[in-house]
Amino acid sequence: MQDFGAAFSLAFELVMRADRDLVEIVLLSLRVSLSAALLACLIGLPLGAFLAAARFRGRGTVIVTLNALMGLPPVVVGLLVYLHLSRAGPLGFLGLLYTPTAMIIAQTILITPIVAALSRQVLEDLNAEYAEQFRAFGLSRWQSMQALLWDARYALVTVSLAGFGRAIAEVGAVMIVGGNIDHVTRVMTTAIALETSRGELALALALGLVLMVLALSINAAVQGVRMNAEKRAYA
Amino acid sequence: MRDNVVQSSVPALHTEALRLEDGNHCLLDDINLRLCADGITVIMGHNGAGKSVLLRVLHGLIPPSAGRITWRGDALTPEITRRQSLVFQKPVLLRRSVAANIDFILRARGLRDEALRWDALRRVGLLDMRDHPARRLSGGEQQRLALARALVTSPELLMLDEPTANLDPGATQMIERIVTETAVQNTKVIFVTHDIGQARRLADDVVFLHKGRLAEHSPAAAFFDAPKSAAAQAYLSGDILT
Repeated sequence: MQDFGAAFSLAFELVMRADRDLVEIVLLSLRVSLSAALLACLIGLPLGAFLAAARFRGRGTVIVTLNALMGLPPVVVGLLVYLHLSRAGPLGFLGLLYTPTAMIIAQTILITPIVAALSRQVLEDLNAEYAEQFRAFGLSRWQSMQALLWDARYALVTVSLAGFGRAIAEVGAVMIVGGNIDHVTRVMTTAIALETSRGELALALALGLVLMVLALSINAAVQGVRMNAEKRAYA
Repeated sequence: MRDNVVQSSVPALHTEALRLEDGNHCLLDDINLRLCADGITVIMGHNGAGKSVLLRVLHGLIPPSAGRITWRGDALTPEITRRQSLVFQKPVLLRRSVAANIDFILRARGLRDEALRWDALRRVGLLDMRDHPARRLSGGEQQRLALARALVTSPELLMLDEPTANLDPGATQMIERIVTETAVQNTKVIFVTHDIGQARRLADDVVFLHKGRLAEHSPAAAFFDAPKSAAAQAYLSGDILT
């Protein structure tokens, strides 16, 4: 276990002196996963609000499908995006394979169902409370959806962070469509997988540390948001 | 004969053979009403008599199974619903500040006049609380905010569904004062209550429902002194005895 101890202290040192490779990888990870989370919110939140407020034939099927898609295996998403973006695929002409953009696309597909399904749940509960009042106000569907999204804002921050958490922690999709190319598409999770398999534990551990700290900070932020909201009875 | 209160002025709300069924259960049957354009009409009746349901049908929230509703001569449309306000027994307030709750309905109506907001809050005595989270208000304050929100759009018709059922006497008095003031300012008021004392204080005319049917519609004085229907007689005497 001496190796392990040495690796751990080296990892700590890498983090402390903000090693260039390490920082580059962390920043790329954040860029990819934050972009994916943002896109997933832009698509998923209105979709969730629509499903919460609207009643139409086949709504149940859509919701069941969406809930099932929450459990999409990242490698399957990676494979599907790969098939589309590879040179022989329908979108091959875009030349996006093995770029950060491809990784953003894959992660967006992965977490949009999570954001949509979770926000649908949150907003449906709120809608049950507001629906009659909104109809008495004579609001349009669009006005109702906007109001639901705004009034559930604190719960929806939690939902979007859940999506981001899933994106930043997944390996399969970004590995397949990104290719884990050094200085181009190497993110924290793919780097950890590679460095561990090569026996380079220091960098892997350092990245693991950063990931853990990120996860903890996100949870702390969620908790802070919740407590603030509850204090003002907005939750 | 029961319409003499109405015939003294122009009828504003008119229902013809209004009927509402829920499955094979009849919630409202053969409701023919002619309410005049001003004053406070109080709807009374036992629990389950159909008071709240009638209010929702009149506001267009529940489409009737049969019959017709007209407001000032026009059949009920979403456009007319937007010119009316309904206050529920339990106020549904947005998770925002007091002022933002008023702003919400102003924006939805395309009204962007700040003065309206302050007037409405002043009218219900909540101006000092404007920045408070609405859902941290007391029950009485919440209902006053709901009332301010209902009034800020200057509705032609204000409907209230037992707005003081959960409130203490002081809060009830404030609500009654605001409603009375509203009624003299060109807004027709329909007020649902099962509180006889409150009905006596507010009513210009009384609509009494019994098992989903219109048992009686009389001017307030006549209704309380000498109710014509057996159901209303039993209701009034029963409550006096207890």
